[in-house]
Amino acid sequence: MSDTMQVAENLVYKKPKTLLDVAMHYCPGCGHSTTHKILCEVIDELNIQSEVVGVAPVGCSVIAYNYLDIDMQEAPHGRASAVATGIKRVLPEKLVFSYQGDGDLAAIGTGETLHTCNRGENILIIFINNGIYGMTGGQMAPTTLENMKSTTTPFGRDVKKMGYPIKMTELVAHLPGTYYVTRQSVHTPANVRKTKAAIKKGFEYQRLNKGTCFIEVVSNCPSNWKMTPIDSNKWLVENMLPFYPLGDIKVPSKEEN
Amino acid sequence: MGELKLMKGNEALAEAAIRAGADAYFGYPITPQSEVLEYLANHAEKRTGMVILQAESEIAAINMIYGAGGTGKKVMTSSSSPGISLMQEGLSYIACSEIPCLLANVVRGGPGLGTIQPGQSDYLQATKGGGHGDYKLIVLAPASIQEMVDFVKLGFDLAFKYRNPVMILTDGVLGQMMEKVELFDQIPRSKEIPRWATVGKPPTRERNIMTSLNLQPEPMEKHNEHLQAKYREIEKNEVRVETIDCDGADYIFTAFGLTARICTKAAQLAKAKGIKVGLIRPITVYPFPYEAYAKYATKVKGFFDVEMNAGQMLEDVKLGVLGKAPVEFYGRMGGMIPTPEEVFKAFEEKFLGGKA
Ligand SMILES: Cc1ncc(C[n+]2csc(CCOP(=O)(O)OP(=O)(O)O)c2C)c(N)n1
Ligand code: SF4
Ligand SMILES: [Mg+2]
Repeated sequence: MSDTMQVAENLVYKKPKTLLDVAMHYCPGCGHSTTHKILCEVIDELNIQSEVVGVAPVGCSVIAYNYLDIDMQEAPHGRASAVATGIKRVLPEKLVFSYQGDGDLAAIGTGETLHTCNRGENILIIFINNGIYGMTGGQMAPTTLENMKSTTTPFGRDVKKMGYPIKMTELVAHLPGTYYVTRQSVHTPANVRKTKAAIKKGFEYQRLNKGTCFIEVVSNCPSNWKMTPIDSNKWLVENMLPFYPLGDIKVPSKEEN
Repeated sequence: MGELKLMKGNEALAEAAIRAGADAYFGYPITPQSEVLEYLANHAEKRTGMVILQAESEIAAINMIYGAGGTGKKVMTSSSSPGISLMQEGLSYIACSEIPCLLANVVRGGPGLGTIQPGQSDYLQATKGGGHGDYKLIVLAPASIQEMVDFVKLGFDLAFKYRNPVMILTDGVLGQMMEKVELFDQIPRSKEIPRWATVGKPPTRERNIMTSLNLQPEPMEKHNEHLQAKYREIEKNEVRVETIDCDGADYIFTAFGLTARICTKAAQLAKAKGIKVGLIRPITVYPFPYEAYAKYATKVKGFFDVEMNAGQMLEDVKLGVLGKAPVEFYGRMGGMIPTPEEVFKAFEEKFLGGKA
């Protein structure tokens, strides 16, 4: 923001410092932009800009680094957690996160995701589950719900032929390498606050060197779901959340903290 | 004089990585190079604090290299043919993002799962890019265990000088056999942080980004032009070649790596029969020493190229000779190693009508 701008006396909200003042390419109402914003708020509030290295995936958030004023790397499709592993192993004092879509993390990158979590890499994985391949135009994702339509399941996902929607978050929670596993969403202000609190914990826990923090954000894709942003959030509540219930799945035990 | 040791090629390579002050190695087991990871797992961390990690696949390994290399650290991986194939997407990203790193391909016979015996059949993959898009690796082809050691140091130097991946293209024989080597002294791990490294953005500089993406074609073309200019610079500065007895020779044998040693023996057999034979051994196979061939093309009766493949370097040899002299080829495939006698016999057949 420019210095000459008038600051309101009763300022109640401002753009986080770490969020760059540029137009975003995300579609209106998309959960990616909300998640970026709260990620930046957390970086501001913890004052960790100089310690954070982020990894962007291939997916709609491929150019996340255009919006976040931090050092970042852009990984090949599915490999963000391997790239993050490489960074963290040589910079163990830094705070490393990967930000990945559901196609990236749960289809092409399943192996890297599971093994990163199984090794208990001390990184934060932020997993945006919108049940679809947003970037490539709405094809089926591994998370696409049963009977949900996509461009490659035009009659709805037939689980007999296409397999079942996969719950990566429950899967990684089983692994001893994960320390904190939670599923959140950003479709209401209350949920945004909870997700922000989760991301904050994700970074704080990273300093303990106790294992991988994994935060799923159940998100939307108004464009490829072919809905208005408001309808997409309604659809999310009615269809995504019953299958992907919100809440903590694995939390550090009391005596550890 | 450095420490003298009798060492197996793969172990010498690993020892050289420790001594070169490498910060990290990420790799996945595959014959005939698993000793690299085994040796490092045994010795590296306790000596220099070097990070050693067995990845879940070569795909993961090369992406760990991408991440760790992007922080400006000295990073290395190694594999053999099928594993190197899996790394190609990552290498393309690494080359485009201009991340320095060192990798070794201890080549085995292919295609497919092939054999675990040595091969040179990854020459074209190594020297012409290998993955998608217009990019190049700098490729060093050792012919001895000594060079396996020396090229680790040279490889890291070139990788950082040009911010480019460097490959040591070797094979299963050089990886497995033992030779006397002189080891260079331990170089301390560097504490320097290159200005481009992604290590966390201090308030004093702009953020650093490692990316190979450009949504607009115009800047992407510009970046391609920048890469191409760098490759021209590499071609100008970094050609390395060994020529033996080429002045006054009637014929020139040519080969890289292990087959160059076999050709040295075959050339001795020729000399014993009074035939004047020289040898050109490319040490960098990218950048390729085209001029070494051009220099002798009008002076000799022919070039004889020997490889453990179906004739891959042959294309570059012909580009160097440019039709000014006959070029004949002899190759073995699928893990077979030619003997000097066999090479000499093939030479006699192709150039001397069967008998010298
Ligand atoms: C190796 C490779 N395969 C396929 C693609 C094409 N591709 C780009 S993004 C993408 C899917 C992205 O979906 P998701 O991870 O769910 O992210 P979203 O866009 O929904 O946020 C695919 C298949 C690619 N870039 N690289
Ligand atoms: S295509 Fe979907 S996921 Fe991508 S920006 Fe648009 S709404 Fe968001
Ligand atoms: Mg998606």
